[in-house]
Amino acid sequence: MSPVPLEYGLGLAAALFVLGLVGALVRRSVLFILLSIEIMLNAGALAFVFAGARWAQPDGQVVFLFILTVAAAEVCVGLALMLELYQRFKTLDGDAASRMKG
Amino acid sequence: MALLWLVPAFPLAGFLLLALPLRLSPKVAAAIGVGSVGLSLVSAIPPAASFIAHPPPGCFYSLPLWSWLPSSGAGKVGLYLDALALVMVLVVTVVGFLIHLYSARFMAGDEGYGRFFAYMNLFLASMLILVLADNLLLLFLGWEGVGLCSYLLIGFWYRDPANGRAAVKAFLVTRVGDTALLIGLILLFTQLGTLDIQELGRRAAMKWAAGSGLAVAAAALLLGGAVGKSAQLPLQTWLPDAMAGPTPVSALIHAATMVTAGVYLIARTQAVFSLAPAVELATALIGAATLLIAGSSAIVQNDLKRCLAYSTISQVGYMFLALGVGAWQPAVYHLATHAVFKSLLFLGAGAVMLALGDEHDMLRMGGLSRRLPLTFWTFLVGCLSMAAIPPLSAGFYSKDWILFAVRYSAPAGRLLWWAAMAGVVLTSIYTFRMLFLVFLSPAKQELKAEPGALIQVPLLLLAVPAALLGFLETPRTLGNVRLFTRFLSTSLPAAIPESGSPASELMLIIPSTVASLVGVGLAYLAYLRSRKAEGQVLAVAARPLRRFLFAGWGFDAAYDLLLVRPWSWLARISRKDVVDYLFRLIAALSRLLNRLLSRTQSGLLRRYLLALALGAAAVLALVVLL
Repeated sequence: MSPVPLEYGLGLAAALFVLGLVGALVRRSVLFILLSIEIMLNAGALAFVFAGARWAQPDGQVVFLFILTVAAAEVCVGLALMLELYQRFKTLDGDAASRMKG
Repeated sequence: MALLWLVPAFPLAGFLLLALPLRLSPKVAAAIGVGSVGLSLVSAIPPAASFIAHPPPGCFYSLPLWSWLPSSGAGKVGLYLDALALVMVLVVTVVGFLIHLYSARFMAGDEGYGRFFAYMNLFLASMLILVLADNLLLLFLGWEGVGLCSYLLIGFWYRDPANGRAAVKAFLVTRVGDTALLIGLILLFTQLGTLDIQELGRRAAMKWAAGSGLAVAAAALLLGGAVGKSAQLPLQTWLPDAMAGPTPVSALIHAATMVTAGVYLIARTQAVFSLAPAVELATALIGAATLLIAGSSAIVQNDLKRCLAYSTISQVGYMFLALGVGAWQPAVYHLATHAVFKSLLFLGAGAVMLALGDEHDMLRMGGLSRRLPLTFWTFLVGCLSMAAIPPLSAGFYSKDWILFAVRYSAPAGRLLWWAAMAGVVLTSIYTFRMLFLVFLSPAKQELKAEPGALIQVPLLLLAVPAALLGFLETPRTLGNVRLFTRFLSTSLPAAIPESGSPASELMLIIPSTVASLVGVGLAYLAYLRSRKAEGQVLAVAARPLRRFLFAGWGFDAAYDLLLVRPWSWLARISRKDVVDYLFRLIAALSRLLNRLLSRTQSGLLRRYLLALALGAAAVLALVVLL
């Protein structure tokens, strides 16, 4: 089985990242923003795995585990914030929480 | 000798006591104020007696007190007593004590009685520190102290704004000189590494060639300080206005002691001046010009005290002239005699003004010779002394010595001598004009008060040395007494050229005596014989000239035009805060920036995210592309 070339992997990661970014920018719902951020995190993790495979180093997969942990922690906080947001504004629209402006 | 420190300590203690908020009764205040000075005088006598009877080895006595900043080499504080300092100490304590005694009566009933004695004691302490200091830094402390007291006492009657203005003027004008002196001190310290006066002289002589740039600069800066304090050209304008203070203040500070501090400074740092012939010549020229300008201004003054003030400037001009031609001893001699006869004249003037109910205008005085006989006779002694009319006159011997030294000095001896001779005529004209107008012209008003014993005793006690002090040093043809020279030669070089023979000395005495008598005669003709006083002779000279002289040659107007007006103009436009525009610009800019940046804080999470992404992309692009 021939290995997937690095360029393909990085291309896939970049595509995923941009997808996540665009999702985070265009969606109003906080739930979808959280989902998009997950996608971006996984895009970064994918890039690490590909790079680790390319140079045959375990570091890439180690960092992936770290990112997984960070993502889990982030989701905890994010979901808690989301619940709080809903409690206050009776909506999941992130733009509703815009009272802190200059 | 070891108790020398008591001399300045007593007046200082007196000041501290009087400055405490104790609400002392006038009697107690006077007892402290006069007593502290009396104790100072008493404590000065044993060192003086033992110094004269058994001169210490090297003819100086130094008393280190303490040291601070020991590593800098400048921090030693000590007293230094040599012949020159001793002369000054005796002048200051004796004259100071008599004037304090006089003030006890003169200031009676004034609401600031205790304050007056507090200032006077502080002045005396500062003056004694000034003359006894062994290094220039301590001398500068005393120098500033006397300046402060001068300011406080000129503005003593502070309820009149004019007095406050006179005080500020005196303070600011002398400040110009003080700044020069301070720069000179710093120059000396950085170049020679010490401020100890004796050490300074030795090092300067070793390190600097005669006429070298640094020596000239140092001497010129010291001269600047002396000119400011001694009211010489071009900083003389403050002294006539300083007469706003009480008369004893004028006698003590603005005639006898403080204004001669400049002379003392130059004599003390004589080693530096000897290395700068150009500055010495400048000193002589300043002295000559000052004595002529002030002498001619004195002739037309109607205010008795202003007339005396101009005469002080003129007499100190003689001292500067003597210092400038290297005649150190005659300068100090004239300093001592002047201190005596001028304080005598001032105290006499004070007695007259007291008797006439604070009358200052000489044209409204007169006929006092019968009604105030003692004041008249003592005033006459003072006048004879100031106008240098032999034989019973201290001023004659000191002034003649100066004239002699000036005549045989290089390089401008003859010219300076003529100036000094013109000054002699002017001196006797204005001196006897005062005497004639105040005492001998027809009476114009009644006596308001009789002077008491406290007024008369100091007058008598000052009249004695004013008549007899001259016999310490007489010309070679008239007895050849050389006590003063012998005494002072241990601390000042005898710079009198012996080129003039006794006969030539006599040839100089005769014209100067004749000049004095001519002056008296002119004054008699102008102010006594022609009853319509004022004007008969001077009417010949046009009115503008009189106005010109009256205004002291227009120096005040010139300074007003050149310095005061531009400065107040600057102050006026600065009130509109021109400088602040710069800072306001900065404030406006930051406010603008704030408004722009606060736009970006929309509170919309997704905007922030976009900005974050764009920023990250930009940084990445920078890293990748560059």
